[in-house]
Amino acid sequence: MHRTGELYGQYKTLEQQKETASLGMWIFLVQEILFFGGIFLAYSINRHLYPTAFGIGGNMLSLPLGFANTVVLIASSFTMAMSVWSAQTSKKQLVPIFLILTLILGCVFLGVKVKEYKDKFDHHLIPGHGFDITYCSKNPAACHLEGKDLADELKEIKEGVEVEGGETALNAHAQLYFSLYFGMTGLHALHMVVGAGLLLWLILEARKGRFDANYNTPVENIGLYWHFVDIVWIFLFPLLYLINRHLA
Amino acid sequence: MSATTTAASEHQLPREHYLNATYGIRSWLLTTDHKRIALLYLASVTFFFFVGGIFATLIRVHLLTPNGLLVTPETYNKLFTMHGVAMIFFFLIPSIPAVLGNFLIPIMIGAKDLAFPKVNLLSWYIYLIGGSFVLYSFGTGGLDTGWTFYTPLSSIYSNSAVTPAVIGIFINGFSSILTGLNFLVTVHTMRAPGMTWFRLPLFVWAHYATSLIMILGTPVIAITLLLAGLERMFHFGFFNPIYGGDPILFQHLFWFYSHPAVYIMILPAMGVISEIIPTFTRKPIFGYSFIAASSIGIAVIGFIVWAHHMFLTGEATYAAIAFSFLSYLVAVPSAVKVFNWTASLYKGSVSYDTPMLYALGFIGLFTIGGLTGLFLACLGLDIHLHDTYFVIAHFHYIMVGGAVMGYVGGLHFWWPKITGRLYPEFLARAAAIILFIGFNLTFFPQFILGGLGMPRRYHNYPPEFQVLNVMSTAGASILALGYLLPMVYLTWSMRYGKIAGPNPWPATGLEWKTDSPPLTENFHETPIVDWEPYDFVHRPDLGLAGAKAPGKLAPAHGDD
Amino acid sequence: MSENGHHVVSPKLYAAILAALLAGTWITVQAAKIDLGRWNIVLALLIATIKMTLVILFFMHGKYSPKRTQLVIISGFFWLAIMLGLTMTDYSTRPAPEPGRSANPPVSAIYRA
Repeated sequence: MHRTGELYGQYKTLEQQKETASLGMWIFLVQEILFFGGIFLAYSINRHLYPTAFGIGGNMLSLPLGFANTVVLIASSFTMAMSVWSAQTSKKQLVPIFLILTLILGCVFLGVKVKEYKDKFDHHLIPGHGFDITYCSKNPAACHLEGKDLADELKEIKEGVEVEGGETALNAHAQLYFSLYFGMTGLHALHMVVGAGLLLWLILEARKGRFDANYNTPVENIGLYWHFVDIVWIFLFPLLYLINRHLA
Repeated sequence: MSATTTAASEHQLPREHYLNATYGIRSWLLTTDHKRIALLYLASVTFFFFVGGIFATLIRVHLLTPNGLLVTPETYNKLFTMHGVAMIFFFLIPSIPAVLGNFLIPIMIGAKDLAFPKVNLLSWYIYLIGGSFVLYSFGTGGLDTGWTFYTPLSSIYSNSAVTPAVIGIFINGFSSILTGLNFLVTVHTMRAPGMTWFRLPLFVWAHYATSLIMILGTPVIAITLLLAGLERMFHFGFFNPIYGGDPILFQHLFWFYSHPAVYIMILPAMGVISEIIPTFTRKPIFGYSFIAASSIGIAVIGFIVWAHHMFLTGEATYAAIAFSFLSYLVAVPSAVKVFNWTASLYKGSVSYDTPMLYALGFIGLFTIGGLTGLFLACLGLDIHLHDTYFVIAHFHYIMVGGAVMGYVGGLHFWWPKITGRLYPEFLARAAAIILFIGFNLTFFPQFILGGLGMPRRYHNYPPEFQVLNVMSTAGASILALGYLLPMVYLTWSMRYGKIAGPNPWPATGLEWKTDSPPLTENFHETPIVDWEPYDFVHRPDLGLAGAKAPGKLAPAHGDD
Repeated sequence: MSENGHHVVSPKLYAAILAALLAGTWITVQAAKIDLGRWNIVLALLIATIKMTLVILFFMHGKYSPKRTQLVIISGFFWLAIMLGLTMTDYSTRPAPEPGRSANPPVSAIYRA
């Protein structure tokens, strides 16, 4: 990577070098669109085939946590954009501050995801042996739902069993939903971990005062990557968390 | 290598060039010079060509008898699978772009290197890591799912080493993506002054189009294999009918990449042919802008035909009709190229040097392969021809008769530039002819076998097909000789070949203005381009002034 | 204001976009709680697309990028549309699976030994 704003051998001007880096990152992001696109296609087809099971599965997710995570990630995009602005206007001390805020918000997101995954494990919603979409409705205590009115959830499941043709079928199709849930959010989380690593490197460089109006290419380009990861979540949230929310 | 000359040669090797600029294994394994990386790839893809070739040999030997007694049916499944995986992902897809593209693109556009030289080296290492996983898979029980990895066989029921293979191909995909990224950015931002888009050599256009496909298609196979791997490892049910998943969904995702992938394999070869033909007809290529546009056309239309691989596996009939129509459409830009190459021969001063023999062979064999693709695009015919040897013959005509001949022809054409030496011409021409004969003897009978109904991927066949199978195997042995000969004499020529000089053919590209072999930085000073491509008229430096080219030479601006 | 020819977006604009994105998130959650039948997904995707567009145009400086970059971005989405759209031509012209098609599968068939 560039250590300072020095010109690398194969380039003739700094402008060419910067333009090249930017184009490279955008093309990389296009490739990522197609990468995530494949699993979005799998999701679309399976939801098209089994809308009821997907609705039930979606309602097993925690809406407050999903909403909170969406807010956190959008805020982190804001702080990331602000760090680019700080670099562009040569406010060198602000650059690492905004980057650190971005990293913290990213870590909050990942922490919430860990909690969500753990909840899925406790509620028997990990695909494989022991998957049971009706577990929480049959064992409210185990899912910290004691005392809550589960009439809506029970009705939803009962209708789901009817539409899908049996509890086994409902479970099979709900497993499809959760396979996609873990696949999509897992892939997204992996990208966030990579992003966090990149941010860490960026923070270390920014603290040395490396980025200013003359040279801020890494901040911009890693920013592009971070915004892309945010955009993926902007779509994941409604697709996974907001399916049949009028029912539960 | 000192500047020794043979008695008849008036050329000397340049004192300093990219091969002798630095010494030692670290200077090769940690190089960022695109030319050295090209040679690293040359070694690796040749290795995988051998691997795939050995499996091919075993297949053809097994098929000498109707109840093949060489291997068990289960092993036979592994043979054709591993042949396909090795050849497609580790030889055909990287071959021309990673070897010739890497070497030539910066020089052809007047740049010192690619836009991202370290990423280029990273691409090679990623290729090796992916290849290692696949070799591990081959060595620990092999793979029997077909290179197409259809689910649920690959994701649930197969007992072969699917997981490491899928990981290896996944990783290798990123090598492809990074190479494509590098080429795209390089062509956009690193061209020398005066090198406008329509002065670019057609080889560069071809690789630009190829890179588009690499970027847009490869990530889809990556996610597809990831999903199949997750299904295999964690019983996620995406493609499993028992969970309500759909195996056809896998096929959609798989072929969305794998059909454009075949254009990744053929477009660079077409680029090679577009460079060879003008050189050995001593006149500009006919229809430059049509050939350039058709490269982009193939790349784009190639993305909307994928489900023609699924006509018989359960897709909707309406979809099949749409994809059949689109598949006929994709033949058009390819045909445009064939017509333009053929027209380029008219009134040219044709010489039959080895690269030209490969190019002419390519035109004929690619045409046959392409036309038979139209047979398969027809829904009614495909009912009979799907999964028969007709399909195998079709794609081998294009992949071997087309892509591999383009690769070997290109290696010969640019060998003097890469090594500074010439190969022995007589032996080379003989090898080209042997290859051509062997190829046709191997694969033409397979069209007939397919038409008669012999299924593909079967370890045995009815006795009445034996004669054609024996013919095919005999042809394969001749084909093998056609490949072995260049490996021997090209290697020999690196030490003992005649010194080539900068422009032995002569040809008009920017690469032929540099030394052979070139400097590490390619040019002594940045060239400024003010001539049109394939312009033989306004180039006194080519030494063709005395040679009167018969027929009309096109004016400086090309012919359009 | 621009530095070295590159457009600098003001923090005020960034804050406005942030507010718009947060508002969009709140709206999409509220909209999901109303039963609009098959229009729920359409509305949700529409809101998500608007949010994405704001991020690309302003946070990622898409609005201020050279035409080439804009073409790169559009091509990515165009190709995604090809993949999603053409695949749907298959699924939308085939009958949906019957309910109960995968009911009561034997457990041993689901999990490999």
